[in-house]
Amino acid sequence: MSDIAIDVKDVTIRFNLASEKIDNLKEYFIKLLKKQLLFQEFLAVKDASFQVKKGEAWALVGSNGSGKSTLLKAICGILKPYKGEIVVNGTVSPLLELGAGFDMNLTARENIFLNGTVLGHSKKYMQEHFDEIVEFSELQKFLDSPVKNFSSGMRARLGFAVATIVQPDILIVDEILAVGDYAFQQKCLKRMDEMMSGGTTLLFVSHSIDQVKNLCDHAVWINQGTVERIGEVEEVCDAYMETQISKAQ
Amino acid sequence: MSLFIARIKGFIQYKDLMGQLISRDLKLKYRRSVLGYLWSILNPLFIMIIMAIVFSQMFKRGNIPNYPVYLMSGQVIFNFMNLSTKSAIQSINGSAALLKKTYLPKYVFTVSKITSGLIDCIFSMGALLIVMIFTGGVFSWHLILFPLVLAQEFVFNLGLGMFLAATNVFFRDIQYIYNAITTAWMYLTPMFYPVEFLPESLRNIVVHCNPLYAYATQLRDLTLYNCLPDMSMVLYGVIDAILMLVLGVWVFLKTQNKFILYI
Repeated sequence: MSDIAIDVKDVTIRFNLASEKIDNLKEYFIKLLKKQLLFQEFLAVKDASFQVKKGEAWALVGSNGSGKSTLLKAICGILKPYKGEIVVNGTVSPLLELGAGFDMNLTARENIFLNGTVLGHSKKYMQEHFDEIVEFSELQKFLDSPVKNFSSGMRARLGFAVATIVQPDILIVDEILAVGDYAFQQKCLKRMDEMMSGGTTLLFVSHSIDQVKNLCDHAVWINQGTVERIGEVEEVCDAYMETQISKAQ
Repeated sequence: MSLFIARIKGFIQYKDLMGQLISRDLKLKYRRSVLGYLWSILNPLFIMIIMAIVFSQMFKRGNIPNYPVYLMSGQVIFNFMNLSTKSAIQSINGSAALLKKTYLPKYVFTVSKITSGLIDCIFSMGALLIVMIFTGGVFSWHLILFPLVLAQEFVFNLGLGMFLAATNVFFRDIQYIYNAITTAWMYLTPMFYPVEFLPESLRNIVVHCNPLYAYATQLRDLTLYNCLPDMSMVLYGVIDAILMLVLGVWVFLKTQNKFILYI
């Protein structure tokens, strides 16, 4: 029982895909009068179920818009599933977007503290790990410049450094290594490897099948919201790549 | 009950985030200005001087002993409500980038905006003291009770801010309607005129239903009349604050799971 880190049970996630978003009263009343307030539902994820055991590394693969990120958001607790249940045992470190908590007008130094507290750390904890973060991000020279002047690669460095100071029970990573140079990508992969050997469970989304095969042992293939295949990383990825290649041709 | 304990734990875990958000608001407000935080005192002071010059001629008959202090006390109370709720109204929409990418208790953003407003308000209390010194106001021990007045208003603003922030997620019109409402509210709060100037029927409504009148009157009792606040005003103020907080928190909790779909 307790060796399950993430238990996804028959999860359905619903969005309202109304022709346009109604966010003001005028439109609301006009639509109400015209009886156009229809609820056009869109199921981003349909009846997905899988279990991730502690210490395993799982990949989610699938084409764009297939519901991978939506499912990750539900696992992080950002979205509530419409049906079904998600049970997560342990602390979750979500890396859905590096530096999501950055305020562009603040300096890198101030942002380290802001972003750290966004992730639920205390200010004292951040002070203790400040040097470590700066060293990992290699941004010593730019500590006191506002983050708005940073390149996307530099922001990613800072974001990854802040997000991975703590060893979480579950690390959720969504296509964040696309930016950043080769050396930094390797550095990040190495750090994720270290965490996993320390017992962290990994949930990984990437379009780089090589990275997926390198890092993960299991995979879930999601196609238009439904789980197409669950299993060992090699066979799922190969099946997925086959359809991708045949689509491209 | 366990939900309640979980909420308290969440609050403790994210109290440092609240601190960071407040310090961000304060830091960014005056970044690259030469006088910095001094503006928090100077700004209300300048506005007060202008209003005092304009209105002191008009309301001479109102038998107010120290018009600048009367005006300024009302202004401190009104501005705290006005500025903090106007920034709170945007607190959820404005944090969309964060709320979409990380799990956070959503009220953190609204509470931090109102708290930044409180800190600004304390700065303008400094301006009020300067006005008292220059107009020969009487400093009595009653003055140290001012945090009790601001605490009532803080609770009221928190409730109002949460209500506005939650409804504004679904209907962006709220922020525009609210601009008009606060203008009306300003004229219906005896800020620069004595309450006796209002016609009987309107006066009753303002005295009994406008919490800002209750807070302004309490503050004036402390700064201007040097006595303990009128108990009926304290009662109105506390009841209004609690009712507003209950309404705001209820609406906020009821709707917060749907925020993510609309921001």
